[in-house]
Amino acid sequence: MINHPVLTDNDPQKETHTLNLGPTHPATHGVFQNVLEMDGERIVSGVSTIGYIHRAFEKIAEHRPFYQITPLTDRLNYCSSPINNMGWHMTVEKLLDIQTPKRVDYMRVIIMELARISDHLICNGILGVDTGAYSGFLYLMEEREHIYEIYEEICGARLTTNIGRIGGFERDFNDIAFAKIKKFLKNFSPIMKEFEALFNRNRIFIERTSGVGAVDPETALNYSWSGPILRATGVDYDVRVNEPYSSYQDFDFEIPVGTSGDVYDRFIVRNEEIWQSLRIIEQALEKIEKEPKGVFHADVPEFYLPAKEDVYNNMEALIYHFKIVMGEIETPKTEVYHAVEGGNGELGFYLVNDGGRSPYRLHFRRPSFINYQMYAPMSSGMLLSDAIINMSSLNVIAGELDA
Amino acid sequence: MEKLTNQIVIQKLSTQFGERISIPTEPYGLLTFETGKESITEVLTFLKEDAALQFNYLTDITGIHYPEKELAIGVVYHLHSLRSNVRVRIKVFLPADKPVIPTASNLWKGANWMERETFDFFGIQFEGHPDLRRILNVDEMTVFPMRKEYPLEDPNRVDKKDYFFGR
Repeated sequence: MINHPVLTDNDPQKETHTLNLGPTHPATHGVFQNVLEMDGERIVSGVSTIGYIHRAFEKIAEHRPFYQITPLTDRLNYCSSPINNMGWHMTVEKLLDIQTPKRVDYMRVIIMELARISDHLICNGILGVDTGAYSGFLYLMEEREHIYEIYEEICGARLTTNIGRIGGFERDFNDIAFAKIKKFLKNFSPIMKEFEALFNRNRIFIERTSGVGAVDPETALNYSWSGPILRATGVDYDVRVNEPYSSYQDFDFEIPVGTSGDVYDRFIVRNEEIWQSLRIIEQALEKIEKEPKGVFHADVPEFYLPAKEDVYNNMEALIYHFKIVMGEIETPKTEVYHAVEGGNGELGFYLVNDGGRSPYRLHFRRPSFINYQMYAPMSSGMLLSDAIINMSSLNVIAGELDA
Repeated sequence: MEKLTNQIVIQKLSTQFGERISIPTEPYGLLTFETGKESITEVLTFLKEDAALQFNYLTDITGIHYPEKELAIGVVYHLHSLRSNVRVRIKVFLPADKPVIPTASNLWKGANWMERETFDFFGIQFEGHPDLRRILNVDEMTVFPMRKEYPLEDPNRVDKKDYFFGR
């Protein structure tokens, strides 16, 4: 909210400059427009305009069968699409009361934690770029590439992954995928250590980020913040612990929290979450060894697409294939809310079902949208260059912001 | 402190509001009830500020449209008590010709954009909202696109009619 008069450019009383930051400014990494009133280099007030890449996913989802909504969720937070995919699958599984085998849960945990790592790598790498340290970003991007290679091995795609199906995965992880995951775990730690050595105790970086955009926990909760930026203020809210899904209760990991909620704390919280994610993946790999091999989906023929050779040779499979593809499955007429811990916070799916082919109403609780609304109010009084790194560390993804 | 359960929440709400809230249901364990637009501010304030409940976190506000119902437009609130880790869902239904409801942005600043989004897509007027403008759609838009009367595709298309799918 602006609490000062905004004058036009040729008004003789105007003492501030109006600056259009965005919609396509290279420093904002995405389509964000902020109209700022500037007093010299300091921001007096700002107004955010969003919706430049709004694609009406909620409307489209009302016209698609459940399994065709997964590709829409890819395009929300495209830096960590597997989390969105899994969140959607689990929402439908909750609706249909499907119990997935433990091995599927652990496979999901692996893929979700890899996605979280790649999401945090992007955010922290870009924060380095915006503070003038380009090399850290280049180290990390190579590792993100290796995560994308793992996705590629599992599902064939790299960015908009569309991993998995309702009830499990479309295929088992093959040996190459497991080998790549293990190789990633082995090679990534030293690079992450190197990255932390470049930044964590770097005097210039601390001077640049410490105290910038500091938020107290009450304000953050009042603005419904979630995810790493909320935890950086000191609130230990993480959906993985509060409402464990996909067998997260079986894992031993910690929730890092910060104290001041500034850009530096957010950076450290994200780094620490990367380490915790690595811990979780290691445990998941061990646990998968103990589970029966070759199980990669729940035994729910009404909802899980049968293998192609069965469809051609087996009557039952053909019937189920047809019913699933045509959306003829029976679904309960009720509503469900399911949340997962996305890269940026609580990613919720509110699904109202009337038993038809497609959801009656589907609403995405998008953390970027809700986190970003504090950006303009918190920018007033900041230097422009601080506002830029503040935006990087909020890690707002335009696809998730605009849905 | 006793662990907060849905039963305790129901009990507290019914002693406080009695007939003004509907009989609660629990789909998938999430406590759900309806209330009227006259009571919504009071209900939200009570849930947020009661010492035992402390539903201090506004997860989401969204809308829903049932064109065949008399009160066609619904507003759905999701609240979360972070201290006790209990969620609650509150619904308010409004007439389609005059969907007006008091704002929640005085209780939670985060409600601001959520309400703007709901206004943008369903045309729900939030009374007392500081800045009720469209947020994702263009300002010149005249319709509220998530209402059911606005089709996604050209309604003259015949290849996707329901009777092709046996209904």
